[in-house]
Amino acid sequence: MSSKPASARPLGLDPAGTVRADHDHHELGFIRKYIFSTDHKVIGLQFLFTGLFFLVIGGAMAMAIRWQLAYPWTEMPVIGKLLFPNTGAVISPEFYTVLFTMHGTVMIFFVIIPLLTGAFGNFLIPLMTGAPDMAFPKLNMFGYWAMVPAIVCAVMGFLAEGGAAAAGWTAYPPLSTVTSAAPGSLSGQTWWLMALFWVGVSSMMGAVNYATTIVKMRAPGMTMFRLPLTIWGLFISALLQLFALPVLTAATIMQLLDRVAGTGFFTPTNLLVNNMGPEIANQAAGGHPLLWQHLFWFYSHPAVYIMVLPAMGFASDILSVNARKPVFGYKPMVYSMSAIAGLGFVVWGHHMFTSGMNPAIGMSFMVMTMMIALPSAIKVFNWLGTLWGSRIRLTTPMLFSLGFVSMFIIGGLSGIWMASTPVDVYIHDTYIVVAHFHYVVFAGSVFAIFSAIHHWFPKMFGRLMNETLGRIHFVGTFILTNGVFYMMHQIGVAGLMRRTADPYAYETYAHLQPLNQLISYCAFGLFAWQIFFVVNFIHSMFWGKRVGRNPWKACTVEWDAPSPPGHGNFDRELAVHRGPYEYASPESEDDYLPQSQPV
Amino acid sequence: MRLFYTVLFLLVPIVGVWTFAIADDYGWWFPENISSFGGEIDRLFDVIMYMVGFTFIATEVLLAWCILRYSDKSPGKADFSHGNHKLELLWTAVPALALLFIAFSQMGTWADIKYAGSFPDSEYSIDRPMAQVYASQFDWRVRYPDEEGNFEGTDVIESAFDFVVPVDTDVVFRLRSRDVLHSFFVPQLRLKQDAVPGMDIPVWFRAEKTGEYDIICAELCGWGHYKMAGRLRVLEPDDYDSWLAEQRVALYTNGTEDREDV
Repeated sequence: MSSKPASARPLGLDPAGTVRADHDHHELGFIRKYIFSTDHKVIGLQFLFTGLFFLVIGGAMAMAIRWQLAYPWTEMPVIGKLLFPNTGAVISPEFYTVLFTMHGTVMIFFVIIPLLTGAFGNFLIPLMTGAPDMAFPKLNMFGYWAMVPAIVCAVMGFLAEGGAAAAGWTAYPPLSTVTSAAPGSLSGQTWWLMALFWVGVSSMMGAVNYATTIVKMRAPGMTMFRLPLTIWGLFISALLQLFALPVLTAATIMQLLDRVAGTGFFTPTNLLVNNMGPEIANQAAGGHPLLWQHLFWFYSHPAVYIMVLPAMGFASDILSVNARKPVFGYKPMVYSMSAIAGLGFVVWGHHMFTSGMNPAIGMSFMVMTMMIALPSAIKVFNWLGTLWGSRIRLTTPMLFSLGFVSMFIIGGLSGIWMASTPVDVYIHDTYIVVAHFHYVVFAGSVFAIFSAIHHWFPKMFGRLMNETLGRIHFVGTFILTNGVFYMMHQIGVAGLMRRTADPYAYETYAHLQPLNQLISYCAFGLFAWQIFFVVNFIHSMFWGKRVGRNPWKACTVEWDAPSPPGHGNFDRELAVHRGPYEYASPESEDDYLPQSQPV
Repeated sequence: MRLFYTVLFLLVPIVGVWTFAIADDYGWWFPENISSFGGEIDRLFDVIMYMVGFTFIATEVLLAWCILRYSDKSPGKADFSHGNHKLELLWTAVPALALLFIAFSQMGTWADIKYAGSFPDSEYSIDRPMAQVYASQFDWRVRYPDEEGNFEGTDVIESAFDFVVPVDTDVVFRLRSRDVLHSFFVPQLRLKQDAVPGMDIPVWFRAEKTGEYDIICAELCGWGHYKMAGRLRVLEPDDYDSWLAEQRVALYTNGTEDREDV
C-alpha cells in the first residue's frame, strides 16, 4: 500500500475560493456566506433543509394517496374542503394520478438523491477525506442553485392548465407524450420534464465535484483503501451518476421534443387517442414506446443504487463507531459496492419483463438481477459480522442504523421474487413491488438518513440531538414503517395493482379494503410521529447540548475538525496514518485509534 | 433497555412470519388459480419464499441476538478483527449458488410461457389466433374472426369488455393497443401482458375452470385507469360454440329489423 509523505499539504488542486482556516480568515457578508455560498458545509445544509422540506411535501402526498385507498371517493375530513373545493372535498381520479406521479417524483428527485448526495455528499466528502473544501466550490454552488429552476418547474406544473404531470414518475409514453391522453399531459408534463432536466444538471455538477474531490484532494496519507465506507458509497454513486445520468438527460430532451416539436421518438404511428385520431397520427410517426422504457430504466435502475449505496456507507460507519469494533471485511464491502454498481448497469430490463420485450433478453436480465442480490447479501453478512463480538452503544444513530439493516434485509430479499421472470409475470406492478421498493428507499435510505443526521449533527451545529426524543422517534417510526409496508407484500400477492384509484370496484380486490385501511392508519401515524423529529431537530439546533470535536469517539478525520468546522475545515495539520475503523485496537489505551493520530 | 430493543427487533421476524402464515385465511394471498401454467408460477413463488424466508429469519434473529448479547455494557474492548477470509468466501459462495439455482430453476417455466416456440399450435396458434384484443382508454374490445379466420371484413364479431373463451382449450390471442400503454391482467390466470401501441403481441393461456373473472388494466393509462375493467368468461366448449353462433346471427340481425320498411 503506497502512502503519501505525511508532511505535505493536501495534494492536487488548489480550490478557488477556499482559504485555509488558520490564516487569511476574512469575513464574508451574509449573502455570500449563507445564500450564495461556496462553502461545501453551507451548501450541504442548504440541500439538507431543502430535502427535509420536500420530505414533508412528498409525505403529505402519500397521506392523500392512503386516504383514497382507505376510503375511496370519500370526503377528506378537516382539510378536504380546503384542498379540493371544486370536487366536494373528494380526491378526483385525475388528481389521484397526479398525486402518485408527484409523490414518486418529489421523493426520488427532490428528497432522497438531494439528501444523500447533495446534503451528506457535500457536507461529508471534504471533511472525511481531509480536504479544505470541494474541488470546484463555485460549480458546487451552481449545483445547489440548479435545484431552484427544478423546483420552480415542478410547482409550475401544478399551476398549468390540466394540472401537474399524471403519467407516473416513470412518464411512459404515449400517455406522457400525447397531449390529449391525460389532463396532466397538456403542459404539466412539459414542466415535469424541465424539472427533471434541472435536477439532472444539479446532480451532474455534484457528481463531477464529488468524484474529483475524492480522487484528487485527500489529505496526506489518505489512500483510497483508507477512505471510510461512507466516502466509498458516495464515490461509487457519483460514478454511477456520471455514467448513467446523460442517458436520462438525453431521454428527457427526446420526450420534450416529442411533445413540443412533434419528433415522435417514442410515439408510434396511427394512434387513436381520445378518438382524435388523424391529427395525432400525422403528428408523430415511427417511434416506439419501449425505447423510452429502455432509456429511462438505464438511468433509473442505477439511480436505485445511487439511492442506497451512500446509505449503506452511512450505516457501515455508524455501526462500526457504535459497536466499537472495526467494520468486518472492509475490502469485501468496497468490492461488493463496486459489484452492485457494475451489475446495476445491466439489470434495467427487469422493469420490463411484461412490456413485450423479447423474452430471451428477459431471461438474461433475470440472471444478472439474481446475481446483484449477491453483493447485497455479502454486505448484510458483513454488518452482522461487525456486530459479532462488539460492544454496542444503543444511541439513536445506532438504533436507526440497526433499523436500516433489519429492513434492508426485507427489501433486498423480496427483490428476488421480482427478479424471477415467471413470478414477475404475476407480481409485476402489484403492491408487492410497492412494498419492495419502499423497504429499500424508505425503510432503508430514509432510516440511514435519520441515522446520519443524528450522527453528524454535532459536526453540523456543534450540538447533540436529544437522545430521549430521538429514541421515541425511532421506536414509533420503526413499528409504524413496518405497519405500513409489511402487509403490502400480502395484498400484492393477492394481486392488488398499484396506481389504481379505486381497486374495490373489482370483485377480485373488494375484500382487501379493511387491510388497506389498517395500512392507512399506520401511515397517518407514521407521518404524525415525525413531529418528534422536527421538534428534536429544531430544538437541538439552537438549544442542544454543546459538544467538542469528537463526541462519539470516532476514528474518521471529520472528527478532527472543530464542531462546527470553520471555513477551510481543519485548523491543524492533518495527516492520515491508518484505516478508518481502528476501534478496540490493542495499540491504543482507549478503545479507538483515530486515523490522524501519529504512530 | 437492551431487552426492549431486542424484543422490538425480534418482532420483525415473528410478526413477519405470522402475517404470512395467516394471510391465506383472510384472503390476503393468491386468488384461485385457473390456468395451466399458474400452478407452476405459484410453486416457483413458494420455492423462493422458503429460501428467502429462511435467510430472513436467520439474519433477523442473529441481529436481535447481537443486540441482546453485545449491548450489555460489559467492560473491556470489542474483539479486534477486520474480517475473516474463509467466512467471506463461504457467505459469497453459498448465496451465489443459491441464487444461480433460483435463476436456472425459473428458466424452463419462463420459456414455456413466453417463447414463441412453446406457443400452442393446435386449434389456435400465433398465426391463427382465436381473437384479437384491443385495449384503449378505457375499454377492452375483443374481435373474433369470421368463419374463414379473417380479421378483416364485415363478418368480424366485436365484443366490448367481454372476453369469452372455451375451457380446457389452448387459447391464443393477439394483444394490441389503440392509444397508450395498457396491460392485460387476469390474476386467476397468473397472466399479465402489456399492450403496446405499434406492437401486435401474441399471448396464450389455457383456462381449466369455468367461471367469470376480472380483466384488470395493470399499466397506468390515464385518469380512468382504475375503472378499465373487462370480464373473462370461461365457458364449456359447447356453450362457447353456441355463444359464438349467437353472435354471428346477431351480426346480421341487430339493427336490421327496422330496415325492412326502408
